Amino acid sequence: MSTSSATQDRQLVEDARSFAFTTKLEAIAAWGRKNSLWPMPYGTACCGIEMMSVMGPRYDLARFGAEVVRFSPRQADLMIVAGTITEKMAPVILRIYQQMLEPKFVLSMGACASSGGFYRAYHVLQGVDKVIPVDVYVPGCPPTPEAVLDGVMAIQKMIQDGTARPWKDNWQAGVYL
Amino acid sequence: MSLDITESLRSNFQSKFPGNNFNYTYAFGNSVVRVEPNEVVPLLRHLKDSGQFDFLMNISGVDYPDRKKRFEVNYELFSSRNAQRLRIKTQIAEGETIPTATSVWRGANWFEREIYDMFGVKFEGHLNMRRLLVHQQFEGFPLRKDYPADRQQHCTEALPIHFDVNPERPFSLDEEKDLVPLNIGPSHPATHGTLRVMALLDGEKVHRAGVELGYLHRCFEKMAETHPYNQVIPYTDRLNYCSAPMNNVGYCKAVETLLGVDIPPKAKAIRIILCELSRIIDHIVCIGANAVDLGALTGFFHLFTYREKVYTLFEKLCGARLTVSLTRVGGMANNPPENWYKDVLEFCDEMSVGVDELDTLLTGNKIWMQRTQDVGAISAERAIEWGYTGPLLRAAGVPLDLRKTDPYYGYDQLDFDIPTGTTGDVFDRYLVRVAEMRESIKIIRQVAKNIPEGDYTIRDKGIVLPEKKDVYGNIEGLMNHFMLVIKGLRPPAGEIYDATEAANGELGFYLVSDNSGNPYRLKVRPPCFAIYQSFAEQVEGGLVADVISILGSMNLIAGELDR
Repeated sequence: MSTSSATQDRQLVEDARSFAFTTKLEAIAAWGRKNSLWPMPYGTACCGIEMMSVMGPRYDLARFGAEVVRFSPRQADLMIVAGTITEKMAPVILRIYQQMLEPKFVLSMGACASSGGFYRAYHVLQGVDKVIPVDVYVPGCPPTPEAVLDGVMAIQKMIQDGTARPWKDNWQAGVYL
Repeated sequence: MSLDITESLRSNFQSKFPGNNFNYTYAFGNSVVRVEPNEVVPLLRHLKDSGQFDFLMNISGVDYPDRKKRFEVNYELFSSRNAQRLRIKTQIAEGETIPTATSVWRGANWFEREIYDMFGVKFEGHLNMRRLLVHQQFEGFPLRKDYPADRQQHCTEALPIHFDVNPERPFSLDEEKDLVPLNIGPSHPATHGTLRVMALLDGEKVHRAGVELGYLHRCFEKMAETHPYNQVIPYTDRLNYCSAPMNNVGYCKAVETLLGVDIPPKAKAIRIILCELSRIIDHIVCIGANAVDLGALTGFFHLFTYREKVYTLFEKLCGARLTVSLTRVGGMANNPPENWYKDVLEFCDEMSVGVDELDTLLTGNKIWMQRTQDVGAISAERAIEWGYTGPLLRAAGVPLDLRKTDPYYGYDQLDFDIPTGTTGDVFDRYLVRVAEMRESIKIIRQVAKNIPEGDYTIRDKGIVLPEKKDVYGNIEGLMNHFMLVIKGLRPPAGEIYDATEAANGELGFYLVSDNSGNPYRLKVRPPCFAIYQSFAEQVEGGLVADVISILGSMNLIAGELDR
């Protein structure tokens, strides 16, 4: 009797493999999340034009599941800061960032957004990370679309691996770093 | 370069302003009249009313801290009749005011505000003497020579909704208390970039409108003052980043005119090709984005295929796609690679198919027509009054194009037309742009088939760096390289206003040199800056949906608008 029950159990597991698999809840959520990033394009300058190319026909960000561009921060989970952020823009981008729902990520595209770039100037914020926490910096002036795709993939990996993000956890609004 | 007209002006002014003390000079192809601050407005009015000059192209300020009257204000006038230019110059001391020219030309409005913003010079009678570009918490005046280029001041509050004082539409509390204020931007899908539009709505109708700019003010002019002449070129890329090579060409042309050098025919030909390719891709972004805003996404994706093709051509020249820094003072950076001209001609064939497809897609499209016809119409007089140039002015029926009226680089040898519209509405602006793309293809074909032989740059040791093979190969090349890098390129002391026809209109550079390695002052006259001033007037009384359509048609590129 017991022998036949064990056989049945084994059979059940074998059969189940054909239509189901097991995983952890976080892992499956991360898998879904990383393949359906909804970008909020914060294009302010030249990088914004190059970001259009990233979305455009040749580079096609849709291949990475991130084509649903949302201009409402409440519907987006990946902010792509593409272009120079000026001092005048700083309070605006802070508010937009705060309106995004968790979990949220920030990709800083290009030299200006990452560090002020070659604008060491009186009205340019020396990097958007002075006001909001940045997850991935993409270098370039502007970066090639391939580099931006690489940055998006880095964020996908971050989501998949559940990488710790102390820069975000320790971030406080309104504090210039 | 315009003729010396100071003699004829002298006799003209003698009768009109008897006993005047005007000072006349002519240098670097610019006629200049120096007057007292209170004489500026009567003089401008006389020049405008007598029909001698119809455009006020630019107003620029310069700071000379060592002078007793430290600020200088320059008014650049232009006559579309004979392409003649004139600069009216005046000096004032700190704390003095100067009467506003807005009563003569409406287009003086923002130019004067910018001077107040940058230098603290107040214009008497100007109704909106507020900050224009830098944020409202900013203290001091950044373009004064004693303001350090890298002293940042943080902004903690966004500016609330506000509207400018408009004498033609005074504020009435009774009428406006029930209206809905609406803020669009600076982060909004329809404001591409960093524009901010504010409207007071009566239902769907825009009762009052206002704009706030400066969200991309990244201090181009201050950066130019702190960099050597050739290192300014990458900054010019980022003015109108949709057509970067045109800014390179405009800037280099100004410096070359000041230096008094004539670049080789081959460099001129390459520059024409680059300018026209840029004009095409600039119009692609403008039309594509305008159509996206009105719901036609296909055009945008389709047109971007062609933009990518032009990027490929640029990449072959220099490795960069968007911000190319292709020119150098004195010519080009290098020779195009083999078969490049053939690639350009092939692109022309593909692009003419692309323009035809665009035409099929939009021109007869009922939705597109309904959204654009009779929207944003403007008369030729009004457009000139505001300082419109480029496709928008031509859409209003004025056939002004510097490539024809004041030809440079041999545009007068080429066969092309200047398309014009009739009503100046968004549909006409679109049609003019499409027609200009066709004309540009025509120009490129003519030039690329007949590239002149010779060098791509002048070889003046004091201006152009020697080739790398000489720098590494012989002592003379090494020394020339060293001297030019250490000493820098030094144009003679003087000043010049030089303009080219960019995709958006007249792109002017007012350049002051004090014979040092850096420009003493570089003021850009961005075409869309003058156009955008008229925005409130354009949208007031229309529907809120038309705001988007008009905004898109103006092709506002924040990089050159805010600099």
